[in-house]
Amino acid sequence: MSVAAGLATAAWRRYRAGRQRRTSPVLIASAAVIVLATFVAVAGPLLAPYNPDLPDLSQYFVGPTPDHLLGFDAQGRDVLSRLLVGARTSMLGPLAVTLMCMTLGSLLAVTAAWRGGIIDAFISSGLDILFAFPGILLAVLAAAVFGAGLLAPVLALSVAYTPYVARVLRGAALRERAQPYIAALEVQGASSVAICLRHLIPNMLHLIVAQATTLFGYAMVDLAAISFLGLGVQPPSADWGVMVSENQQGIIQGFPIPALAAGVCIVFVVIAFNLLGERLYERGEARR
Amino acid sequence: MNRAEPAAGAPLLELEGVTVRLPVEGSMQAVLQDVSFAIRPGEALGLVGESGSGKSMTARAIDRLLPPGAAVTGRVRFGGRDVMTLSGADLKRFRGEVAMIFQDPRAHTNPVRRIGDFMTEALRTNARVPMDEAARRAVDLLASVGIEDGDRRLRQYPHELSGGLLQRVMIATALLTRPRLLLADEPTTALDVTTQAEVLAILDNLRSELSLAMLFITHNLELAAAICDRTVVMYAGQVVEVRESNRLHDQPLHPYTAALAAARPSIDATAHRLTAIPGRPLSAFEAPAEACAFTARCPYAADVCRERRPALVELDGGLTRCARARELFGRLEVELHA
Amino acid sequence: MGPAESVHLRFFVRRLAMLLVSLLVASFVIFAAIYLAPGNPIAALSGGRSLPPDSLHVLEARYHLDQPFIVQYWYWLSNAFHGNLGISITLRENVSDLIASRISTTAGLVLYSSILIIVIGVGLGILSGFKRGLLDTSTLVITAISASLPAFVAAIVLILVFAVQLQWFPSLGNGVGFIDQVRHLTLPAFALAVSSLAIVARVTRAAIREEARREHVQTAVSRGIPTAELIRRHVLRNAAIPITTISGITVASLIAVAAVVEVVFGLAGLGAYLVQSAQSKDLAVVQGISLLLVTTFVVMNVLVDVLYAVLDPRVSLGSRAQ
Repeated sequence: MSVAAGLATAAWRRYRAGRQRRTSPVLIASAAVIVLATFVAVAGPLLAPYNPDLPDLSQYFVGPTPDHLLGFDAQGRDVLSRLLVGARTSMLGPLAVTLMCMTLGSLLAVTAAWRGGIIDAFISSGLDILFAFPGILLAVLAAAVFGAGLLAPVLALSVAYTPYVARVLRGAALRERAQPYIAALEVQGASSVAICLRHLIPNMLHLIVAQATTLFGYAMVDLAAISFLGLGVQPPSADWGVMVSENQQGIIQGFPIPALAAGVCIVFVVIAFNLLGERLYERGEARR
Repeated sequence: MNRAEPAAGAPLLELEGVTVRLPVEGSMQAVLQDVSFAIRPGEALGLVGESGSGKSMTARAIDRLLPPGAAVTGRVRFGGRDVMTLSGADLKRFRGEVAMIFQDPRAHTNPVRRIGDFMTEALRTNARVPMDEAARRAVDLLASVGIEDGDRRLRQYPHELSGGLLQRVMIATALLTRPRLLLADEPTTALDVTTQAEVLAILDNLRSELSLAMLFITHNLELAAAICDRTVVMYAGQVVEVRESNRLHDQPLHPYTAALAAARPSIDATAHRLTAIPGRPLSAFEAPAEACAFTARCPYAADVCRERRPALVELDGGLTRCARARELFGRLEVELHA
Repeated sequence: MGPAESVHLRFFVRRLAMLLVSLLVASFVIFAAIYLAPGNPIAALSGGRSLPPDSLHVLEARYHLDQPFIVQYWYWLSNAFHGNLGISITLRENVSDLIASRISTTAGLVLYSSILIIVIGVGLGILSGFKRGLLDTSTLVITAISASLPAFVAAIVLILVFAVQLQWFPSLGNGVGFIDQVRHLTLPAFALAVSSLAIVARVTRAAIREEARREHVQTAVSRGIPTAELIRRHVLRNAAIPITTISGITVASLIAVAAVVEVVFGLAGLGAYLVQSAQSKDLAVVQGISLLLVTTFVVMNVLVDVLYAVLDPRVSLGSRAQ
């Protein structure tokens, strides 16, 4: 079919507008992965069949056995147990980044949009300046200054991501602010805080949730990378990023399972969050 | 130019039983049902109906601009040639002879190209007219639509022009390839009221000056009557009435036309309230196969209307698709009685 | 000068001013790191090592630690401006020299990746944007997955498949000579490119679809403009705006992520050196490399904005579209 024929018209879109969005299998699968990962993050230590931190050098990269489904890692520890226990730090870091970032981002966005004028200009240019730091770079810098560990990178990433979140939310808040119902509430004498908390933010909630979901995925990738680089979660703690790093040698030596298993966990959770975030965003847009 | 000239008195454009189906929700649904009408050279024909009645689809079917997957039956002839089978150079020439003006000039101009580029594009790519020659012709035409500083306008971008100005540019652009038929799809709906009148006057003058045929699509019955020689009224993808414009308002043949006329506020009528047509307009694919599509909203609906879809019949020099047309003739209420 | 040009000029001047402020603030944050660190600046700069007295004097003199903070910052910045980034506490060498010896690896890696992203990402996006069918569907599925692929996971998978199993490419080191270096950079470049490439392909595809649907394309069709012209002048030209923006942003972000890839593949690049210095608390090196990377990142982002303004006549004073 030629491109000319492939060009749908406005009229055509009108005919399709009535089409209902159904819950897609992708959405269900994503949600299932997230629920599972969250469950493991909470209950991991109870689920782990073996002590995840007990090394046995005689079991160096011993392959999967019926008792040890994913085999042993470079230090002879049970890989499955480490994966289950490692879910906690792997999920907790991104969660902390997401919470901090969304709180800070929403606060700045709503303040800027609501107050406007010089305050908006101040916040907006401050955010523009923050764009100068790529997340990973700021995290490495923070780790160099404050020492390796989860805390410094989490703080650094929260700061680095805030402008991305705040810029989008500010736009949404400005659009919402311009709605006549807000003016009506102001005329009725409702306080700014009350309007923001009870009307403005609830009406932006779909966007906030969609952003948070996507952000979680990005934060997970970056934090795992920081841990992989040895600047985040410190060995011997079990963490997916750390596990990829610890067992990287196995890739070349013919024992890829321990490193790959941790990598696959990260990828699955990140994909789930990204797809879910994308769908939530589309739904929010469609609802408007 | 090698134009296939129709015999004297033959229509320039002729639609014969055009039915268009589109894939909706996986099945093919009709959006146009058995649409037939003709336009003579130099004639202005109005096409009136509510949104969703198939007015725009008709224009798109004529200009071969239907969405992908559309299935068309029936015939569209232009200058005696079957439009649906045109391809290559013939299709290109056809599109040069039939120009289209759209409702929203802003959406219909490429925002990243200058007005000059937009105006002369077809001339340069299809007719191989050199740039400076094409630009000169564009400036001339801009002057004829009341834009004097054409040279400057050609260097501007669409977003630098107001809606009314842009629509005038659109009209000038449409005339640039010296078409024989103009398809004007609600050309003034997106403009504010004062600009509307201006653009309409320009369109009307140029049209008679160039003795250009025009299909004027609008939801406004009065407007169609003011501009066009004859008017076609559409409802639910079907033609329900074809009539001389000057008789359309006073002597409508179809209850739907009468309802449309009554729903318009009239300046000289001292109406105390406006009547709205009860119910909601039907899409073509919602129209019953075995009844008149207007039954549900028609104050004159009777059993005969629900038995089968009425055919388009001749009456008093017009055409109407109403089973009770003859008995209702002259009795349809148009004026409001306070 | 017409009004359009002056608006453009104002945009560029404003953007340039913001660039300078951004760099100033970023450099300030990077410098202030030695004061944010626990302990005194000397401890921070020495990474907690006990240094011989003459080394301490060198540090004190270099950072003018007896002067007020803002004066110290000024000295540090003007030194940095002249290419003097201080001395590595671990290697006892000029940071500038250490950076200079590693910069080509990182630049090569980022350049290689950028080419992959733009050629494959944009190419794939255009193809699947225009042609529905198997290619489009598979592109959509594969890019959905690979967009979420962290660089270090992509790296180990690439090593496993192409270095260990197929043995097509080496998995470690820089290589010697141009061809060998390119061979050594191939897997790292793909690992670095993969998620950005997927994002660029998706955005490109969406942009093509979006632009092809525009009403103004209908206008061109109704005027009988040939399909090839239609695609070039109305679809690709307009889609080029979001495509350029997303390509620019992702390519700029490679600068930071390159560190991860360099570590996996044992490349002697800036990023790997930054990480190594962060681990050994060699703060002068961390500062120097951070300053360089941030500057590059900011400049590239400004270039993207400028390119955007050039491509889109509607942009006058606003910043990049969301």
